[in-house]
Amino acid sequence: MSTILTVNHLTKKFGHLTAVKDLSFTIEKGNVYGILGPNGSGKSTTLGIVLNVVNKTSGEFAWFGGNTSTHEALKKVGAIIERPNFYPYMTALQNLKLVCKIKDVTQSKIEEKLDLVGLLDRKNSKFRTFSLGMKQRLAIASALLNDPEILILDEPTNGLDPQGIHQIREIIKTIAAKGTTILLASHLLDEVEKVCSHVVILRKGEKLYSGRVDSLQASFGFFELKSDDLEKLKSYLSTNEHFGSIKQENGLVTAILTSELNAHTLNKLLFDKGIIVSHLVKRKESLEEQFLALTKNVNA
Amino acid sequence: MIRLLQIEFIKLWNNRASKVLIISYFALLTSIALVAAIKFDIGPIKFHLADQGIFNFPYIWHFNTFITAFFKLFLAIVIVSMMSNEYSNKTIKQNLIDGLSKKEFILSKFLTVITFSLVSTIFVFIVSLILGLVYSDFNELSIIFTNLEFLLAFFVKLTGFFSFCLFLGVLVKRSAFALGFLILWQVLEGIFRGIIRWKFFDGETTDIIMGFFPLQAMFNLIKEPFSRLGAVQSVANQMGEKLALDYYIHWYEIVIVLAWIAIFIYGSYAILKRRDL
Repeated sequence: MSTILTVNHLTKKFGHLTAVKDLSFTIEKGNVYGILGPNGSGKSTTLGIVLNVVNKTSGEFAWFGGNTSTHEALKKVGAIIERPNFYPYMTALQNLKLVCKIKDVTQSKIEEKLDLVGLLDRKNSKFRTFSLGMKQRLAIASALLNDPEILILDEPTNGLDPQGIHQIREIIKTIAAKGTTILLASHLLDEVEKVCSHVVILRKGEKLYSGRVDSLQASFGFFELKSDDLEKLKSYLSTNEHFGSIKQENGLVTAILTSELNAHTLNKLLFDKGIIVSHLVKRKESLEEQFLALTKNVNA
Repeated sequence: MIRLLQIEFIKLWNNRASKVLIISYFALLTSIALVAAIKFDIGPIKFHLADQGIFNFPYIWHFNTFITAFFKLFLAIVIVSMMSNEYSNKTIKQNLIDGLSKKEFILSKFLTVITFSLVSTIFVFIVSLILGLVYSDFNELSIIFTNLEFLLAFFVKLTGFFSFCLFLGVLVKRSAFALGFLILWQVLEGIFRGIIRWKFFDGETTDIIMGFFPLQAMFNLIKEPFSRLGAVQSVANQMGEKLALDYYIHWYEIVIVLAWIAIFIYGSYAILKRRDL
């Protein structure tokens, strides 16, 4: 598998503030990556550095193995950061023609990409007449003009209405399905959970985790249980070596697993002890819960 | 290089304000021909400007380059706004992300400046040549092509001025403020002159020192042509004054302006390189 981007000990300081601190990660071809982090955690700064608009303080990054200069490499990258930036007085078509010139690619794909994002019928409208959702879709079309090796999206659904968010997500899924590597920065966790296979989690410029989404937490999940005899259920669970902490909330018992145990084994064990459950679900923590747990741990 | 010019051309030509200003500028350059039409015919006083010798070769090169240089302000607005708009629209950020290097970005602007100056120079050359051929008293080839160095000076002067505008656009990032700064700078040079003359040196030394300031250096390239006019000379002679003006272009004056161009363009690049966008 070929490496698209390597970031090594990257640091960026704005005066006293350290926006990115000794960050390292690697982007491999074919995966969909999410960069997660609360606002101000250094996501956009990191992207700004690798995209040649923010100067790094120290550390290194290399595109495509480091054989090309950054601006040459960026011609093979499609990127949108924060707000879509185009010339307001130019039409969608004129703007895209300009991007083709900058990226040094032919203009043959303009119509195709406009069609992909559903803007073909508005190609001769001036950019300033577009709604935010349309501007964002035009930005995606523009980022795809060169059929990039990697598509970088920074908060692509920020400020959009639900319909706009849905449109953008559909477009991202379409692109991901074609095998394009995607790097998606977001603080919307469900967004990342839905499309990403790998995540990098940042907090205050520091990396908390990087790797596959499903191995983010090496936990075994937890059980949610209900029974008519809660006391008996709880006392049994606390004696079982598979469980760690046990909580009760609104008649629902949550038991955290400390080792592997599947649902039907537990059901059988409980039944043998004469405990009849009315509700039994085995769950894994959602990305949001894992993320909150992870960021909280560092706080403590 | 062609690619960089094309990029800049797309940006400029699709902007209505820039397009209008560029067209008006070249229309004004052509309109200098209208000066020829100035004609007073009031009873005994007959005055036809074209007959006063302003269109005589080689004087016309001096006169036209001096007069048309004032129109450069139109293009100055275009250049300042083409730079500062990149900041206000944040398109400079997008350009860099799309794969333009910071060097290429400045280079594309500088090439545009050169193109503007070059086209202006060619324009002035053609207009002057036609006017001269129509009105000049001397039409020998050797005389026609004397003093063509005024065109070179014109080119350098425009390039210098536009480079200054470009630099201010990068530095200030807002077109109105950048143009304000340009005017402020003109005033500052005046104040410097006053202070130097008042506190330190005599008039001649002051002139030499001021020749190193950017706007004065550009102005020095082509000196005022009026005192060269036959009519003015003869009046001066009658009054017993001798106007011995040094109106030639000196190599060191060109070098000073070229140095400023280098400083402005490199300065723009250095600022852009250091800035986080």
